[in-house]
Amino acid sequence: RSMSCFLFLTTIDAPNITLYHKSRMQFVQTVADLATEPRNIQVLQNAGVMSMLRALLLDVNPSIQQTAALTLGRLADHSDDLATVVVEENILPSLVQSLALQNRFYKKAAAFVLRAVAKHSPELSQAVVACGGVDALVSCLDDFDPGVKEAAAWALGSIAQHNASLCQSVVDAGAVPLLVLCLLEPEMALKRITASTLSEICKHTPELAQTVVDNGAISHLAQMIFNPDAKLKRQVFSALCQVSKHSEGLAEIVIEANIFPAALACLQDPDKYVKKNVVTLMREIVKHSLALSEMIVACGAIGVVIDYLGHCQGSLRLPGIMLLGYVAAHSENLAMAVILSKGVHQLALCLAEEHESHIKAAIAWSIGQIGHHTPEHAKAVATCDLLTKLLELYVDASSSEDLQAKSKKALKTILQKCTYLLGLEPLLYDVPTTILKHVVGQISKVLPHDSQARRLFVTSGGLKRLQEIEAEPGSPLQEHIDTINNSYPEEIVRYYSPNYSQVLLEQLEHYEPA
Amino acid sequence: MAELQKIKNEVEELKKEYFCRSRQAEENRQRENQAATRIQSWVRACKVHAYLSHLHKKAIIIQKIWRGFTARARFRQMVKAAYFIMKMNFYEEMAVRIQRRWRGFFVRKYVHNFYARKSYLKGLSRKNELVRMELDELQELQKRERDCLERVKEQTAKVYQAHRLHHLLSTEQCPGVFNSPFRPAPHEMELLLRQVKYQAPTRLSRGVRACPAGMPAPTAPSFHGTLPPPWIETTGTYCSSRPILPPIAIKKQQVLFREPGEVWEQRVHCPDLTLRLRTSYTHLEEAQNQLRQRDSKGIPTGTLGTGSMLHHLSQSRNSSTQPANSKSFR
Repeated sequence: RSMSCFLFLTTIDAPNITLYHKSRMQFVQTVADLATEPRNIQVLQNAGVMSMLRALLLDVNPSIQQTAALTLGRLADHSDDLATVVVEENILPSLVQSLALQNRFYKKAAAFVLRAVAKHSPELSQAVVACGGVDALVSCLDDFDPGVKEAAAWALGSIAQHNASLCQSVVDAGAVPLLVLCLLEPEMALKRITASTLSEICKHTPELAQTVVDNGAISHLAQMIFNPDAKLKRQVFSALCQVSKHSEGLAEIVIEANIFPAALACLQDPDKYVKKNVVTLMREIVKHSLALSEMIVACGAIGVVIDYLGHCQGSLRLPGIMLLGYVAAHSENLAMAVILSKGVHQLALCLAEEHESHIKAAIAWSIGQIGHHTPEHAKAVATCDLLTKLLELYVDASSSEDLQAKSKKALKTILQKCTYLLGLEPLLYDVPTTILKHVVGQISKVLPHDSQARRLFVTSGGLKRLQEIEAEPGSPLQEHIDTINNSYPEEIVRYYSPNYSQVLLEQLEHYEPA
Repeated sequence: MAELQKIKNEVEELKKEYFCRSRQAEENRQRENQAATRIQSWVRACKVHAYLSHLHKKAIIIQKIWRGFTARARFRQMVKAAYFIMKMNFYEEMAVRIQRRWRGFFVRKYVHNFYARKSYLKGLSRKNELVRMELDELQELQKRERDCLERVKEQTAKVYQAHRLHHLLSTEQCPGVFNSPFRPAPHEMELLLRQVKYQAPTRLSRGVRACPAGMPAPTAPSFHGTLPPPWIETTGTYCSSRPILPPIAIKKQQVLFREPGEVWEQRVHCPDLTLRLRTSYTHLEEAQNQLRQRDSKGIPTGTLGTGSMLHHLSQSRNSSTQPANSKSFR
């Protein structure tokens, strides 16, 4: 009897069943198309489409399943709340379980959903990890189809990007060797995504970076530098930069991969983010030790970086500026090298052009690192008029605290070595006492020995200004002033003292012509 | 008797005297003893004192001499030490002078070498210049490559456009859209249209998307600074960008086919026309035997030494080669 019923259904009710299939297919395709437009998504959410899609995920027809998964992915991609709804409706466990079984289109769509959920926040990523998503994605990385690998790698990248523990769970699932194998695939999109995922993994802690290095990723990444594709190069340089930033050992491993003179060629790439990432990589390498910075300077990198600073604007300049600062900080040879390559000049231009506070703070710090080694360096800094600019930054009320602190420190350290009087004199006017005492101290060191300097000091009005300064007797400032006054004859000092005209007039009152 | 009495009395007096004297003596004995002891002790003291002072003086002399001796020895030692210290100071000062000179030399030569630093900085600026120049060249090159690619793309797009707009070509009667009579010369589009040879897409070519034959093919431009060659009409070349197979849809007549009836007739009327060999199985051995017989007949006729060598060669090869080969050898 059941057999006859079945026969009845298949023969007579066939049109209804096909209608049912077709309408489900049509529904799910329409919803998928609607979900591509952001303005429709709110409407779809209000219509409660999420639970319907969840039911359709378990549908018999594979193409309906795939389209439903794709739609869910698009919805979750759009906003945070929708992704939370996806997690709350317990869709993830069923997705993860069917990931292992289904065909490649479904795997791609499911990986897309996981990525869209995980990218919003660490809690959502934790939810994805908790339902075993990481293992399923890692098994997808093993698949033959490059599209599946790409979707899985992207999902792992968006999980790993949030914090170190999530990243550790990704690495513990054995993702890294498979990712390194994916790097060798010929498809460009897969390479890009894998490079960006490796970059996300490396950025958290040195141990994770060491794991990536141990799997031989660095040599492959180094070969991919010569690839003409711009987006790939961005990700490759970003990955290398994240690896080398943790410690000197890792930076040395990156250098041993022989990227250096070749990476400078990428600084001519038309894509600005490639250039920025190259300079960031150089900065991370240079900041560890003297030997590494000497190596990079010996490749001729300084000139190229200074040209790069000249061409770009805004926050793209920041890594270049910090690179110059780190290089100059290690030794005075390198600082002199930076000066000779017109670095100070370029930094002055940047200071004039940039308006953002953190970039200005970085420029002030770099200038401080360059100028504080010897009087030669301080003179080079002073000739570009940078001392007055630093002073302005320090005194300016609208500068942030960070900027003020950095410019003050830079100014102090440069002043302690500065013997260039022409540069020091403008600093006598409108200066807070903390800076003033350093300035006057330096002048007092130079003047007793140099007669021409004394003459210049007088003629340029410095002595007059000096007399106007009031200092507490016994303070170091007063001592310096006294030292300076002692190096001039009495009459000159008296001539320039502020009330001299008054004194003369008083003398006139007491005078009687003979 | 009186004398006896007198002597007895004298004896009595003597005894008394004796007793008195002894008593006195007894009384004085201690005093006198003490006095005597005192005197004796004093004398002894004087003796000892004299002896001691004598000893003292001698002792003093000895000590004086000894002290002088040790003091002189110590003094000598002190002088030696002072001399030694002076020498050491002198040496140390000289050593300091040497070390100072050496350290100055060493530091100036190896650690803070001014000239090395100068040459390092000069070399560095030269290296910077070099790197800048090289990178500029590289950038030039890359820019030119990119420009070339752009131009190739543009030109292919234009040609494709011309291909699609082939119907806008001007005719004798009617000038086309791109060939206005008021223009001094035809528009480039017009020229392209003239060059493009349109071919209607056939059904089978859908999957392959072959370039229509006769379209000016974008030849691969050389990437070393020369301009791409002018678009010439070439026939039968393929687009170099994609590996396109030759068009299989072109219906070419296969020549040399015979009419089906002919073949059938041939088959029917020539029944003994088969593909099987009509030679016997032993044909090969027989032919070889024949040849050998002919050769053995040929020896007595005889030729020169070289001829016989050839002959030998041909004989050695006979067994392995086909009869035809040996015939050609002959």
